[in-house]
Amino acid sequence: MLSITHYLVLSLALFTIGVVGVVTRRNVIIILMSIELILNAVNINLVAFSRLFGSVGGQVFAIFIITDAAAEAAVGLGIIIAFFRNRETVLADEMDLLKW
Amino acid sequence: MNLDSISFYFFAALAVISAILVVTRRNAVHSAIFLVTALLATAGIFLQLHAEFLFIVQVILYVGGIMVLFIFVIMLVNLDVAARQMQFNRMWLVALSLTVALGAQVYMVFHYAHSGVMEALFRLPAAPAAALEPNAEAVGISLFTEYMLPFEVASVLLLVAMIGAVVMAKRKV
Repeated sequence: MLSITHYLVLSLALFTIGVVGVVTRRNVIIILMSIELILNAVNINLVAFSRLFGSVGGQVFAIFIITDAAAEAAVGLGIIIAFFRNRETVLADEMDLLKW
Repeated sequence: MNLDSISFYFFAALAVISAILVVTRRNAVHSAIFLVTALLATAGIFLQLHAEFLFIVQVILYVGGIMVLFIFVIMLVNLDVAARQMQFNRMWLVALSLTVALGAQVYMVFHYAHSGVMEALFRLPAAPAAALEPNAEAVGISLFTEYMLPFEVASVLLLVAMIGAVVMAKRKV
């Protein structure tokens, strides 16, 4: 029988994979994709608890998180395009303009 | 093993496997395709949790909208050079310790859940699915009454993000 624990473990797995992607990858586009994975893991938690308590608030917050993810993807990819135009790279460790 | 469990395990396995592939693939386009699979599997989990409206939002907005944006940018920036370079930096030790820390935290939660004050929370019987039916109507009513202010703030956020993205991607400001 399924319990809330199943959903928490699934969410933890996706969150951890996303964190590992953010920390270890060099390509900025894949780092943004890993952030999307992290946001999705949070959404699974919210919807699972919404089902558990029979309250719709968790689903409403999941919608807000999806809105945030859309805004973040738009601005982030805009920054990547602007940076690629100036420096011809998408690797995170070559983005060191502010490093002294 | 009823249909509920089977669909959960199917979508969970699909989500985790495609998430691992997103993080490990060399080609960014492959990563994007596997991200689509992971997001669709998450949508399946939402459907299995009786959140039909969120399922549709996930498919249309994430898989239809955000992924198109990602593919566009991958096509715009020339990744042939980047694909031939080293894909991972030397932060795997940090990643490993973060993973262990996260796992330990959740293990602690489960450990205390079976002996402490949180036992009631984890033993709570799931509310009947009828409590959230009809789903789109319930979400809409909640969104436009209880969460009216956050809804308007989210619309302002989207406007700011739109202007920001246009300014960022413009050639000359």
